[in-house]
Amino acid sequence: MSEALLSVQNLSTVFELRARSPFAKAPKLKAVSDVSFDLKEGETLGIVGESGCGKSTLGRSILRLIEPTAGRVVWQGRELTDLSAEEMRKARRDLSIIFQDPIASLDPRMTVADIIGEPLRVAEPSLDRKTRRQRVLKAMEEVGLAPEMINRYPHEFSGGQAQRIGIARAIITEPKLIVCDEPVSALDVSIQAQIINLLRGLKERLGLTLIFISHDLSVVRLVSDRILVLYLGRVVEIGPRGDVFARPAHPYTRALLSAAPIPDPDVARSRKRIPLQGDPPSPINPPSGCAFRTRCPIARDVCAKEIPPLIPVEGGTHRSACLFAEEVLRSGDDIASASV
Amino acid sequence: MADTRETLLSLTDYSVAFDTPDGVVQAVSNLDLDIAPGETVAVVGESGSGKSQTFNGVFGLLARNARTGGAVNFLGRDLLSLSSKELDKVRGRDMAMVFQDPMTALNPAMKIKRQLAETLEIHRGKSRREAEREALQMLKQVGIPDAERRINQYPHELSGGMRQRVVIAMALLCQPKLIVADEPTTALDVTIQAQILDLFRDLTQSFRTALVLITHDLGVVAGIADRVAVMYAGRIVEEGKVDDLFSRPAMPYTAALMRSIPRVDREAEAVEPIPGRPPNLIHPPSGCPFHPRCRFAEEKCVRERPPLGEVSAGRRAACWFPFIDAEAGTGGENALAETANV
Ligand SMILES: Nc1ncnc2c1ncn2[C@@H]1O[C@H](COP(=O)(O)OP(=O)(O)OP(=O)(O)O)[C@@H](O)[C@H]1O
Ligand SMILES: Nc1ncnc2c1ncn2[C@@H]1O[C@H](COP(=O)(O)OP(=O)(O)OP(=O)(O)O)[C@@H](O)[C@H]1O
Ligand code: SF4
Ligand code: SF4
Ligand SMILES: [Mg+2]
Ligand SMILES: [Mg+2]
Repeated sequence: MSEALLSVQNLSTVFELRARSPFAKAPKLKAVSDVSFDLKEGETLGIVGESGCGKSTLGRSILRLIEPTAGRVVWQGRELTDLSAEEMRKARRDLSIIFQDPIASLDPRMTVADIIGEPLRVAEPSLDRKTRRQRVLKAMEEVGLAPEMINRYPHEFSGGQAQRIGIARAIITEPKLIVCDEPVSALDVSIQAQIINLLRGLKERLGLTLIFISHDLSVVRLVSDRILVLYLGRVVEIGPRGDVFARPAHPYTRALLSAAPIPDPDVARSRKRIPLQGDPPSPINPPSGCAFRTRCPIARDVCAKEIPPLIPVEGGTHRSACLFAEEVLRSGDDIASASV
Repeated sequence: MADTRETLLSLTDYSVAFDTPDGVVQAVSNLDLDIAPGETVAVVGESGSGKSQTFNGVFGLLARNARTGGAVNFLGRDLLSLSSKELDKVRGRDMAMVFQDPMTALNPAMKIKRQLAETLEIHRGKSRREAEREALQMLKQVGIPDAERRINQYPHELSGGMRQRVVIAMALLCQPKLIVADEPTTALDVTIQAQILDLFRDLTQSFRTALVLITHDLGVVAGIADRVAVMYAGRIVEEGKVDDLFSRPAMPYTAALMRSIPRVDREAEAVEPIPGRPPNLIHPPSGCPFHPRCRFAEEKCVRERPPLGEVSAGRRAACWFPFIDAEAGTGGENALAETANV
């Protein structure tokens, strides 16, 4: 446990929604519920799950960009959730984030120099202009942006270039951990590959630890060491990439894998699919017991009773929150694992 | 292509250009493409390659600053020469379009029942009662749970996936011969995407509807298409049967595209990006539009544009040095270089 760079313990984030009428109770939306995991230095944790399952809220709650409702975030042995504003400002240097939509997340009136340099101004206000500009140029070089772009404006950039700006901004304070929230989802495949390789290279060179949020399982498989699968704000499966992809032990993970498109007509025709009916239920009123039971192909009565604990999978290094994980494992390797 | 192939839609020397203050955007250039009845053709390519504008033009949905050229033949009529009133009749009845955002096709202030029934009343002259009965039937067919209740709701009361099902139901109501779906699942989760693609597969088969699926996702293509057309900078650069194209891409752009996508079913250490980015369509590159990014580019590629020619049976490619030798049907020079590089 002591070797963890980051330790997230029973983290929950609840949003209070506005009441429908003055007499009604304000509904609560549990976006993240009781999430725990440790992250070692240099590791990449991939977070996957359907839209609205709480990926972004989790990422932001860890960085305290959203204030979590309960639980602890321990960063290098210190509890982030207890830090004062001033201490948090210092810690921010080590913690950084990259967003999905590069253009929209950039202020159109700021130049590239301002955008990339801004986190530095906050983290190290004592730096003089010249040093700051040098640091900006260094970050630009790291991400493959030509130095002459430094005085241009974001709208002049393509999606891929704008994402490079976002990455340069994220690495300028020389952080240790970066939360990447869907960093390549808005990009074309050819450009997506450029950015993935850039992130992988930076991670190696700068010794970064990454939390990589994506709804695209193929991208997550490529970049992550460990995988965390979220469903309605809860971890349903977590473990090393190899085990989670080759021996998924939760029916939801299996369903996700079997629905992920594979660019190979032979495989696409022959693979067995686990059809998932309907949409995820509302996080305001989650089903009792196992939240997945309303869509689970093997649900039974007992699944409605209690929330299944996240427990180690027999013979594996991953953990699953399914009462019938062993059965799921035994049901074969007919999904995406076919050609591992 | 074999002359015996029946065609439903045929684009000949078809072009779309936009006048802008910065110059003329050549969005679609000299396209030749045939769609046969009942087949599913995927149109793929990077953002800005002209996928959407090609079919917006077919449906008469182009922006005001657009100009079209060439011919679009559908069921024996040239769509480009029809008046907008005549085109209205064809649209919705014989051909329908499904967009990425279902709300572009739905009226937020109208109940689902009315929207669906109206289509049938207008295009098929059905009575109100008959139309509403068929609408409900179709909603069930596209897998909307609890259809009797849902049909009396407004679009905003449905989830994104369900709205897209409603739009598909609306498109299918008049039993069109052609559906063009422009990124219909791009905004949806993979689980919902899989449901919608299954739906397309089943329904196009049972109604014998031809489907043109516009997408940037090669994974989606592999699972559903009979044929694939790859677009680059407003042109088709390769076209062929789905198996051929995936197992042996005939030209460098298709091959590079395939290598740039990660796969969920494989352990891999890296993907191979395509260097650079797609060209500017106001000042497109000389010669082969892909040459600035092509690692096989030679002198000739910079000077002359390669025509889209048949490289083997049922397979067309626009490349001076295709991987497939037209006569022998085997790998050419590039193919050898290719394997050595992988
Ligand atoms: N500020 C907020 N106020 C109220 N509810 C919110 C807020 N932010 C998020 N939510 C809700 O919390 C849940 C989780 O949202 P979140 O954005 O974390 O999901 P996500 O997994 O990142 O989804 P996506 O893949 O679409 O980005 C959703 O139901 C969302 O509507
Ligand atoms: N009204 C317009 N005026 C000028 N240029 C336009 C107009 N509409 C589209 N274009 C240009 O036409 C080209 C082709 O656009 P199109 O929408 O067909 O691309 P696409 O392949 O569908 O891309 P995407 O995957 O992003 O949807 C693009 O370069 C686009 O910028
Ligand atoms: S606990 Fe029950 S409902 Fe939940 S995933 Fe396992 S079998 Fe399905
Ligand atoms: S014509 Fe030349 S530049 Fe174009 S794809 Fe073929 S080899 Fe590459
Ligand atoms: Mg999100
Ligand atoms: Mg488009």
